Amino acid sequence: MNKYQLNYLDQLESESIHILREVAGQFERPALLFSGGKDSITLVHLALKAFRPGKFPFPLVHIDTGHNFKEALDYRDAMAERIGERLIVRHVADTIKAKNLTEPKGKFASRNALQTFTLLDTIEEFKFDACIGGARRDEEKARAKERIFSVRDEFGQWNPKLQRPELWNTYNGRIDKGENVRVFPISNWTELDIWNYIRREKIELPSIYFSHDREVIEYEGQLVAMSEFVSVEPTDKLSTKTVRYRTVGDMTCTAAVESTATNIDDIITEIIATKTSERGETRIDDKVSEAAMEDRKKSGYF
Amino acid sequence: MDILRFITAGSVDDGKSTLIGRLLYDSKSIMIDQLEAIEKQTKNREDGELDLALLTDGLRAEREQGITIDVAYKYFSTPKRKFIIADAPGHIQYTRNMVTGASNSDLAIILVDARHGVVEQTRRHSIIASLLNIPHIIVAVNKMDLVNYSQDVYNNILIDYAAVAKSLNLKDITYIPISALNGDNIVDKSTHLNWYQGASLLDILEQVAIHDDINLTEARFPVQYVIRPQTEALHDYRGYAGKIVSGIYKKGAAVTIQPSGITTSIAAIEVSGNEVDEAFAPQSAVIHLADNVDVSRGDLITLTENQPTISNEFEVLLCWMATKPLVVGNKYLLQLNSRLVRAVIKDISYKINVNSLEQETAPEQVQLNDIIKVTIKTAAPIPYDSYKELRVNGGAILIDETSHVTVGACMIQ
Repeated sequence: MNKYQLNYLDQLESESIHILREVAGQFERPALLFSGGKDSITLVHLALKAFRPGKFPFPLVHIDTGHNFKEALDYRDAMAERIGERLIVRHVADTIKAKNLTEPKGKFASRNALQTFTLLDTIEEFKFDACIGGARRDEEKARAKERIFSVRDEFGQWNPKLQRPELWNTYNGRIDKGENVRVFPISNWTELDIWNYIRREKIELPSIYFSHDREVIEYEGQLVAMSEFVSVEPTDKLSTKTVRYRTVGDMTCTAAVESTATNIDDIITEIIATKTSERGETRIDDKVSEAAMEDRKKSGYF
Repeated sequence: MDILRFITAGSVDDGKSTLIGRLLYDSKSIMIDQLEAIEKQTKNREDGELDLALLTDGLRAEREQGITIDVAYKYFSTPKRKFIIADAPGHIQYTRNMVTGASNSDLAIILVDARHGVVEQTRRHSIIASLLNIPHIIVAVNKMDLVNYSQDVYNNILIDYAAVAKSLNLKDITYIPISALNGDNIVDKSTHLNWYQGASLLDILEQVAIHDDINLTEARFPVQYVIRPQTEALHDYRGYAGKIVSGIYKKGAAVTIQPSGITTSIAAIEVSGNEVDEAFAPQSAVIHLADNVDVSRGDLITLTENQPTISNEFEVLLCWMATKPLVVGNKYLLQLNSRLVRAVIKDISYKINVNSLEQETAPEQVQLNDIIKVTIKTAAPIPYDSYKELRVNGGAILIDETSHVTVGACMIQ
């Protein structure tokens, strides 16, 4: 490799930093949506590289469903403290109360859909004109068609047929009042790219990403964490298993995988060997229908 | 390991989606759950063959209508390279999508149906590849199984395509016979095509030399954002943040800020928070200047020894991308990297026939997917390079000031 050549992780990093700085340059009130998952943790790491020694030109925003893993919340608070950036938390439970919304029912009742209401309210409350998120195009086929700058109308809706063409590395962030743009700086990263980058940069992660013992319910071949948010029936098979999380979402809709991987090297070895996609293995919410993600995106979800 | 971005040009009928599905499938980039999902859909079809095309059709309307609406991005890697595929639809009404996908690509795979040879669509895709200045082309002659793997058929197509390539001045063309459906010559060499001496498609994709495509001579650094911590400890810190789109910047080098023309020198360079002696394209960096000069977002920091053109009037090849027709004399916004200026389209010299490259009389109304040669005048001078010479500082977008939509792609001449 000659001296003026970048490897793929450096190329991806540079592209993402460029996108983050475009947000800073083009918008008045941006925000970075932080979930405590590895993708948004990577985003924060990239933002440190894009803006230090200055402050972030945006706050971190977390939409808390109330069904989060404690480990992820602890990580979130410690990280905001450590980097000294502003963290805004808004709770789905408050939206449910204020707007008299109906809690979803069922065994693994997920507040995933209700999260969209809180997100849209938060965007309105702070008049955010751009929200940076950690979605990747390799995650899901509706996401494969998403732009890096994706315009949402005043109802937060995505219209896949009316996307702006996105040419070269030029991003058009111009919008009308009331509209906002969702920005995806790590669109071109795959799950494996993220893990390789986390290893290279020695980024710290919440402990649930590594192997640990946990009480789980086996449900249709998936392992769901036992928690106060799950309604247990006598027929349920409860057991303690050695697991880790491949993605971190709500406790009710994220499944664990059996694993003894206690460090990043082990995780990368497992991911290379795995035969199931990240969302297919761990996201119960995507299995509702063929176009589950597409429908949620259209109505304002990330 | 580096990244190769490529576009596949062709229609569903040429087996484009099947080819992408095959590359993903044979490079083991498709997971079991994704495969099961397409198997489930395939069961509802009459022939029962595993339809690899279903892997690339993302939106409900596309699956229902069996067409691709929009550019989709797909990813796979081998130990040698990470690949990003821009999957653009090939139908005539989607010139804009191919232009979009091509704008970022290092390479284009142009699919030719072995039964039909070089047709109007092949010419159109090649013309767009040439207008967008894609550095490398692979002509994949697909469906060889349907012509009994005939070398004569293949050779005749090569002769026909060579004429197209010559008229378009296309560089670096590689030809390959394949069958995407059967996997012939995709990952491994096919025993059906023993007369073919070249490498498999995946081998070609892994080996094509793309590093030299980055221009390291003309240095261009569009300023995106100014970092000013304004704390006591960093009171005088003033860093210009951006991405080096071309060239190499060294500490101490003489620089000229454009379009103001102010000259100064580089006091320091940071990459990823570390101070370095030099930085190069395509790194994101922070540049510190020796003098306290006026620099803000939209300015271009260049090496004094190698200057771009600075003008407020220039000719462009314009691909119109909006359903609203273009109106000569209307004002638009022109965005070139981080610079945004008001612009007016003065006059249209001609329209390019994308099937023949012939110049036609300018139409009364320029419609979606038209490619025209126009003169643009901007409210302030902009520093640019010819798109043919330096793609990264010669490609601009036009934005409608009232709808905010991106309405055109400009290749500055």
